[in-house]
Amino acid sequence: MAREVNWERNHDPVGIWNGRGKAALVARGHSPTDRRWDGESLDKSLGAFMMIAVQNALDDAGITIDDVDGIIGSAGGQGNGQPLSDVWGPRPYFDAPYDSEDGLTHVTGQWLRQQMGFKNLRYINNHGDPVWNLIGQASQAIADGRAEVVVVTYPNGNLPGRYHQDPSNQARGPAVWPNTWGWGLSGQGFTFNQYCQKYGTNHDRMAPFVVQERKNGLLWEHSYYAQHEPGEFTEEDYLNGRMIARDLSIFDCDRPVLAAAAYVMVSADRAKDMKQKPVYILDHTESQFSPRSLVQTIDDTEEWTDIQAQRSYNGSGLKPEDIDIFAPYDGFAVFTQYYIEAFGWRGVKRGEAHDFYAGDISLKGPNPLNSGGGNMGTGRMRTVFITDPLEQLQGRAGDRQVTTKAEVAVTHGVLPITAGTVVMSTSPD
Amino acid sequence: MARPIVPVPDPATQPFWDACNEGKLIVQYCSVCDRRQFPPEAACRDCGFNFHLTWQETSGRAKIVGYSITYDSRLVQWHPLQPFLNVIVALEEDPVINFHTNLIDDFGTNLSEEPDIPIGATCEVQFVEAEPGRMIPEWKLVK
Ligand SMILES: [Zn+2]
Repeated sequence: MAREVNWERNHDPVGIWNGRGKAALVARGHSPTDRRWDGESLDKSLGAFMMIAVQNALDDAGITIDDVDGIIGSAGGQGNGQPLSDVWGPRPYFDAPYDSEDGLTHVTGQWLRQQMGFKNLRYINNHGDPVWNLIGQASQAIADGRAEVVVVTYPNGNLPGRYHQDPSNQARGPAVWPNTWGWGLSGQGFTFNQYCQKYGTNHDRMAPFVVQERKNGLLWEHSYYAQHEPGEFTEEDYLNGRMIARDLSIFDCDRPVLAAAAYVMVSADRAKDMKQKPVYILDHTESQFSPRSLVQTIDDTEEWTDIQAQRSYNGSGLKPEDIDIFAPYDGFAVFTQYYIEAFGWRGVKRGEAHDFYAGDISLKGPNPLNSGGGNMGTGRMRTVFITDPLEQLQGRAGDRQVTTKAEVAVTHGVLPITAGTVVMSTSPD
Repeated sequence: MARPIVPVPDPATQPFWDACNEGKLIVQYCSVCDRRQFPPEAACRDCGFNFHLTWQETSGRAKIVGYSITYDSRLVQWHPLQPFLNVIVALEEDPVINFHTNLIDDFGTNLSEEPDIPIGATCEVQFVEAEPGRMIPEWKLVK
């Protein structure tokens, strides 16, 4: 099986995608959502959860394992290039198939093939990107004819202990710069503070956005909060959040959870045979930048996100007013405004996002921002950014179904410095 | 003050750290792109090669761009100093180039309340010992 690299659409001008309308997202499947893996319950490992999600996605599409000829996934569970095993491993292992990290903190396509009995795979790629890029890559593979029925897998793990704590008293490689001066999440707060200075706003004005996201998330059955903490979250709760760094509270940081999701993507030809209404991919674009110097500034951030938005509009041929459903990433909540302003959704310009938050962004209003609730409303699994737009366009979002038109969706993430954008539509044209 | 975390040089950064030990703040300079580069890398980010990449001494003067305060770091060694100050300064002769500092001489650590950081104020580099034989750049306000 050929190992594919450099499939991204990231050279300007990207132009209208030659695969436009040739691939469709048709079904989704989710595992249960837990806070952490306990390190011993094998039926709740990331591998076990991934198998549940894959089976649910196949059932949702009305197909079997034998129909599938491709698996594209994030093996790593975190999706940011740092395997969970580097954070929590090594550990004692179990009997096969749990005799390595694969199945516990990673889930490769090869492991799934072995465990679930896929027989007809001709394409496997454990590229390890965030979920937007995986949907983009699967769309490209289908449009190019390398696979016809693809399962996209996205496991996200969380184990015991505090997240990402680094005990070292030495810093090496790129870590010498931040770590020597104790820089970390302070970076998110710093850029946000520059934004506030530039446009005369402040951190408290984030409250309506984060509160609305939690409301939306509570209406999604797979949300961590819906399953485990269904109580109301108020503006007062937000404003009293413990500060992690200046201008960055605990409620701006997504809560790490353990969950897996899978998607069925097919060629436009096969889409007609599926149980669910197809949602066509009109475009995918990707981008990766580096700061002009050591620390990412508001100037870097606005320049990068402008390029991301322009690239997506150039690739899809759409305009801001064509976007019905918009799902900009929020994990950290303090950078969602960069995306809204860059894409100009609902006419929002640079510096206006907090005014927009103060208006009506409710589900049943005219501007249902992140109708799935984002990570803030669901936990750090990211998959609501695919599942919610899919369900909105299929008209099966249930209590979350927006009352505005829902024919075209744009979902965008992960960071300003590296992102993927996917444009979906109920029509292939 | 001993630093919580000390940097370990690698081939790309060794000249920078060696210069710090001699009391000089240097950055890379690509003569064909006419741009300074920091942090140091094996090649120029713009042209992609190291053909025209040299080291250039700076004035060591910089202006405060902004700051943050860390209350709960992922870096365990920094925990005893929380909350501590993180300031970003930009090189006076080339404001694109920025550096970290904790401005410890002026504001100390263990901030009990938010300090009044003068954005735009000029600082000058000083070199402090992170561990014996390893100097790192820090900044202090020009009074
Ligand atoms: Zn150059």
